[in-house]
Amino acid sequence: MKILFYPGCTLTQKAKNFYDTAVAGFKELGIELEELKNWYCCQADFSLVTDNLMAMLAASRNLVSARKEAAELAVSCSTCYNVLKRTNHLLKNDDAKRKAITDFLEEKYDGSLKVLHLLEILRDNVGFENLAKKVKNSLAGLKIAPYYGCLLLRPDDEMQFDNPENPAIFEDFIHALGAEAVDYAHKSECCGSYLLIPSRDVVVARADKILSNAIDKGANLVITSCPLCQFNLDWTQELIKKQKGSFPTIPVFYFTELLAYALGLIKDFDKERHFVPPIIR
Amino acid sequence: MKKIGVFICWCGSNIADVVSVDKVLAVISKHPGVAHCEYYKYFCSEPGQRLVEDAIKNKSLDAIVIAACSPSMHEATFRKAAERAGLNRYQCEITNIREQCSWVHRMKKGEATQKAIDLISGTIEKLKLNESLQPITTPVTKRALVIGGGITGMQAALDIANAGVEVVLLERAPSVGGHMSQLAETFPTLDCSQCILTPRTVEIAQHPKIKLITYAELEELSGYLGNYTAKIRKKAAYIDRVKCTGCGLCIEKCPKKIPSEFDLGSGQRKAVYILYPQAVPNKPVIDPENCMYLLEKKCGICQKVCEVKAVDYEQKDEIIEEKVGCVVVATGYDLYPVKDIAEYGNGRIKDVIDGLQFERLNSASGPTSGAIVRPSNGDVPKDVVFIQCTRSRDPEKGVSYCPGICCMYTGKHAMLYKRKVPDGQAYVFYMDIRAPGKDYEEFIQRGIEEERTLYIRGRVARLYEENGKVIVCGIDTLTGKIIEIKADLVVLATAMLPRATAKDLAKKLNISTDEYGFYREAHVKLKPVQSNTMGIFLAGCCQGPKDIPYSVSQAGSAASKVLALFGSDKLSSEPIVATVDESLCAACGVCVANCPYNAREIDEKRKVAVVKEMLCQGCGACVAVCPNKACQLKNMTTEQVMSIMKELE
Repeated sequence: MKILFYPGCTLTQKAKNFYDTAVAGFKELGIELEELKNWYCCQADFSLVTDNLMAMLAASRNLVSARKEAAELAVSCSTCYNVLKRTNHLLKNDDAKRKAITDFLEEKYDGSLKVLHLLEILRDNVGFENLAKKVKNSLAGLKIAPYYGCLLLRPDDEMQFDNPENPAIFEDFIHALGAEAVDYAHKSECCGSYLLIPSRDVVVARADKILSNAIDKGANLVITSCPLCQFNLDWTQELIKKQKGSFPTIPVFYFTELLAYALGLIKDFDKERHFVPPIIR
Repeated sequence: MKKIGVFICWCGSNIADVVSVDKVLAVISKHPGVAHCEYYKYFCSEPGQRLVEDAIKNKSLDAIVIAACSPSMHEATFRKAAERAGLNRYQCEITNIREQCSWVHRMKKGEATQKAIDLISGTIEKLKLNESLQPITTPVTKRALVIGGGITGMQAALDIANAGVEVVLLERAPSVGGHMSQLAETFPTLDCSQCILTPRTVEIAQHPKIKLITYAELEELSGYLGNYTAKIRKKAAYIDRVKCTGCGLCIEKCPKKIPSEFDLGSGQRKAVYILYPQAVPNKPVIDPENCMYLLEKKCGICQKVCEVKAVDYEQKDEIIEEKVGCVVVATGYDLYPVKDIAEYGNGRIKDVIDGLQFERLNSASGPTSGAIVRPSNGDVPKDVVFIQCTRSRDPEKGVSYCPGICCMYTGKHAMLYKRKVPDGQAYVFYMDIRAPGKDYEEFIQRGIEEERTLYIRGRVARLYEENGKVIVCGIDTLTGKIIEIKADLVVLATAMLPRATAKDLAKKLNISTDEYGFYREAHVKLKPVQSNTMGIFLAGCCQGPKDIPYSVSQAGSAASKVLALFGSDKLSSEPIVATVDESLCAACGVCVANCPYNAREIDEKRKVAVVKEMLCQGCGACVAVCPNKACQLKNMTTEQVMSIMKELE
């Protein structure tokens, strides 16, 4: 089975390991992620200015060209997923804005594309029970803290992904790989996102709060599906250590890295793309 | 042909300044059938009414038109005057040339005058076809049904019974008392809730005019105003509550323990239980979902120990019927469940409770004998956070309305907590403080000044557990600072909701609900305790959230409406009702489906639609939908409507 795939910019560079493990992992599960031709950057931010339609053009172009090829589009990065899904929601439900945008693009589009996250495909197309059967390197014994962040889940009425206050899809994924999911308070708190540039302290404080809570609850590692969350939680640990004197570091993975590992496709993780050494045992 | 008199009122200058009354007089005087026409400054005045009466007598008029203000102002006045002069009251009609003419056409005097002439001409033509009617009367059963035995229902029952009228008081739970019996102290005077409630429950039980039926629910209500039949399901108690002496031996010996609903999970009860020690009636019931004998035929201890042989495992639900003349609905409220609030832990955090649970903790007769402790470990909480407006005033996730009592009970909780734990700190997150009742604002201020309750204006985003504490993440919107409190106990002032069963009961009673599911009053200001169905009255929280003083006064108000209804032996109502031409009726039932008052039904024997005249409000819905034109409204027949329309062409 083939699914049209939108990787997003980060997955071609900083998060190449996310890209590689996603494509390999899904192939092993019988799903070929076929990259959308001529995709653009999604613009990395869903504009909250209601009349700023210019900020939705890039996402709209991607959606329009994807719909020409398929009915569904798979997305890996949480941010891209958020931007594309919300833009699609707007194009589907706001007649005036849809007209303005499609007139400008000189295209016809009705918002009928289904934007899916890779986790949803694992749940609905593969099935977590089937996934569990294909695991070769069980992660039994590992305690994994799922980190959702904000963009996968919110806003609830547009994303319709999982319960934003008490999500479960990552937990089900973790159980399928044989590991234990750690229940901790901050799994859907914001990591600070782009504040890393203007106010680094905010991100360091938030990363400390999130990771300390996960470590307290016994986590060995954290998984996420967002390159910016991954970077913020991973890279800041050195700073946290400096600030606090000591900090028991914890590796932060893309969920697909563990998927590929559990399916026996890789033995090691991409050390160059991790700051805290990616060691799981 | 009828001799018709027309009386054109100037209404001082209200009408005469705009409408040329001289011209109206001149034109109408010549209208066919008009035997008398005059105008006067104020026909509603004493001399004005005398003019009307004299004209009827002297000119032997058969019917009269009063062209004046709205019929809602003076229709009754002029119909009485017509009756005094010997006319049937339905031979008097009002034409509204004030609100519907002079007032709204002040700038177009010429057209206003023509409109007045047209309207009056239409009324004259309609009046020519008016029948003389008599009010419809029916005997009345002077007995009231009160549904709900909380403070509101009990108060209504007592107020009615003390006037000498028999009352059937129906309560779903095994005992009366409702939510108020769960409270510890009540604002703003801090009386002990039980102390002011138990005299009432005892009075209810002993009152010769009150028939108390507990552990029972309304199954069906049939009939109409003055003559209802209530079918009531008495749930099987598995105990003969006549034989039972209430000794309590069965409760003592019952081996099965389960969380008590009355204590909201913080205490335990047995499978055979009474709600609380002072309950009325103080006789137990067996809970079939937990009794080991009823489930698996094991145990049977209660039957063995009962000295009067009151335990009867074979008992079945029983349906009884009660005849009543009217109904008072006082079914109360539910609280928004904490388990449905995801950001506050979905009920998984033990030290996050709602206001009623706090009441049970604080109650001297509660599971902790009034000691305020943490549900998780029994420790005394030193930092207690109260969160107001949980899911209320929150259209996104909860309800839009303000229940109006949470500010007060939260202030009370904080105050009572401080008295029991003087070295503790109470924090209250609030949006606004709403304390508009008598002595309410002073009460809140006392909490702030004397008990040092710390009020923080802002919302709480989330609650989570960490190291045995509940972390409260909120914001102080007055300083703009994010606040984190490590609390030992968090009390949520959750929204008050209509009962989950409210819609169900509304269907049985044929009353309507508002957008939230509270019962809708007939008029928000002028008929606050009447439902839209005659003879069904509303009181207390089933009509909308309210506090005890307000509920009690509404109960009194509903009781007075009941007594007013029972003031005469017969009830009479307007004869302007629908009629059926049986030769045209095909018994299709469209009228039945479209009647908002349940006033239409099909007589299956004769295969025609009939009108229950006591229920019919003369709205005309059936007339409009009847495909055969078999339905007509008295004194507003199709012919009459057409005759009016002709004059307006």
